[in-house]
Amino acid sequence: MAAQTRPKRPFRWHIAVFLAPAVLVYTAIMILPLAGTLQLSLFRNVDQSQVFVGLDNFRTLFGDPNWSVNFWNALRNNVWFFIIHMLVQNPVGVLLAALLSSPKLRFSAFYRTAIFVPTILSFVIVGFAWKLILSPLWGVAPHLLDFVGLKSLFTPWLGKEQYALTALSLVSVWQFIGIPMMLIYAALLSIPDEVIEAAECDGITGLSQFWKIKLPLILPSIGIISILTFVGNFNAFDLIYTAQGALAGPNYSTDILGTFLYRAFFGFQLQVGDPNMGATIATIMFLIILGGVCVYLFLIQTRLRRYQF
Amino acid sequence: MSIATRSLPRTIGAHAILLTYTVIALFPVVLVIMNSFKSRAGIFGAPLTPPTPKTFDMIGYTTVIGQGDFIHYFQNSLVVTVGSLFFVLLFGAMAAFALSEYRFRGNTLMGLYLALGIMIPIRLATVAILQLMVASGLVNTLTALILVYTAQGLPLAVFILSEFMKQVSDDLKNAGRIDGLSEYTIFFRLVVPLVRPSMATVAVFTMIPIWNDLWFPLILAPSEETKTVTLGAQLFLGQFVTNWNAILAALSLAILPVLILYVIFSRQLIRGITSGAVK
Repeated sequence: MAAQTRPKRPFRWHIAVFLAPAVLVYTAIMILPLAGTLQLSLFRNVDQSQVFVGLDNFRTLFGDPNWSVNFWNALRNNVWFFIIHMLVQNPVGVLLAALLSSPKLRFSAFYRTAIFVPTILSFVIVGFAWKLILSPLWGVAPHLLDFVGLKSLFTPWLGKEQYALTALSLVSVWQFIGIPMMLIYAALLSIPDEVIEAAECDGITGLSQFWKIKLPLILPSIGIISILTFVGNFNAFDLIYTAQGALAGPNYSTDILGTFLYRAFFGFQLQVGDPNMGATIATIMFLIILGGVCVYLFLIQTRLRRYQF
Repeated sequence: MSIATRSLPRTIGAHAILLTYTVIALFPVVLVIMNSFKSRAGIFGAPLTPPTPKTFDMIGYTTVIGQGDFIHYFQNSLVVTVGSLFFVLLFGAMAAFALSEYRFRGNTLMGLYLALGIMIPIRLATVAILQLMVASGLVNTLTALILVYTAQGLPLAVFILSEFMKQVSDDLKNAGRIDGLSEYTIFFRLVVPLVRPSMATVAVFTMIPIWNDLWFPLILAPSEETKTVTLGAQLFLGQFVTNWNAILAALSLAILPVLILYVIFSRQLIRGITSGAVK
């Protein structure tokens, strides 16, 4: 086919002109550095020059106690960070979206706008505002708990090793709940009226209508939200950094892969920055995220497709 | 529209839950702004009450404006955000037009290549990006940030805009071609004005993460001249840990511009997110 059309149609320069700027910037600033980072993870700086060491950096990361203790700790924390998001963010998001989408609900535009406010704020604001609120110095949190008679429950959550990570995960959930809420809200609105009417003719209303009709239809959206959350969580950094600093205190209990990467790559206090180890950690994060995306694309999405219209 | 969903207890229940969550969502923001107008005694004595004439104090704001170079940081953020937005929209729309309008070999492959960046965060390439910027002498310049954010924003912009450009009528474009318009004129004069609403949506989506980003300013442009408002606020807050008036005022100053923009653009943003449903 190409041989036939070539004489008739000269090379269409305008296609190249339209594509070139985007492809150039994207390739030069994103794809090549990404490949470069993956490549750097296979090298090590010996006597001022980069030497190929194969998978040695990964062996160091997994096995050398100087690195592996922190690495496994960060990975474990990151998994917990993700689990909290999935367990709290998605159910609450679905609940809010379901309530918002109920027909003839008044003020729904107001609720929608208000609940989305935290999502647009920067991590710096969110991290610091919650740090202040949860601080025992200010006493807002114990004061509020006192209203409901639970003052005895208060402890400085962000300062205790066993609670800090969970508290920060919940702050992150608080910030991002708007995204699942909106996407599921959109999915609920897109369910055709005929389907709902058919269900009502069969006597399925209210809660059972939600479980049996609507929930299966919004599963693709829940899948998208899950993968977005996964990518966002395993790439998170800002909130931990603003609330707890680069050392992710207390005693590394809130350290996740993003903060670990920052310390390894840039160095912090006594630790000297090491681009090669930074690249190694970034490669691990890349593989984790790629794995998650592949699981989503090949296992989850293909199974969910039959519900779509 | 069943009777069950309209019954009174159900409606009250729905409002109760939504209202509770709205309070949870807004409480920290209101708390911070409210207390930023109080004296130190007021902040600690009665944190949950609005400022009264007795506790009203602007000391926090005078400290912040006197100490931090916030106007300058604000300008930097504005330059970076507007610059990146311009390039994302221009390059993104051009690439989206090429992908949705023309059939050429490698079209699908190019689409997939550009879509890769939607899922893989650019942050993972930081190590090599820093080396690249050091090599090209762009460290501590706003150009470095604009380049990085343009690359970061392009994949999603191309993806969304090409969906919308497919909907532009072929007859219109072909009429233009018969009238002898070049492909460039067709793009800039016919197609771009028609997809302007979806470009506004992409603009809002692209803008928020750029304005709020801390990672790249911290690594690529931490110098005093190039600090963005997010990085500036972060460092400022770190220095003034014990000056609660200043912290609360700085937080309020950081919240307000975003909040004002959000109130202006919230319809656009929410319509963008729910457009799949309303189209």
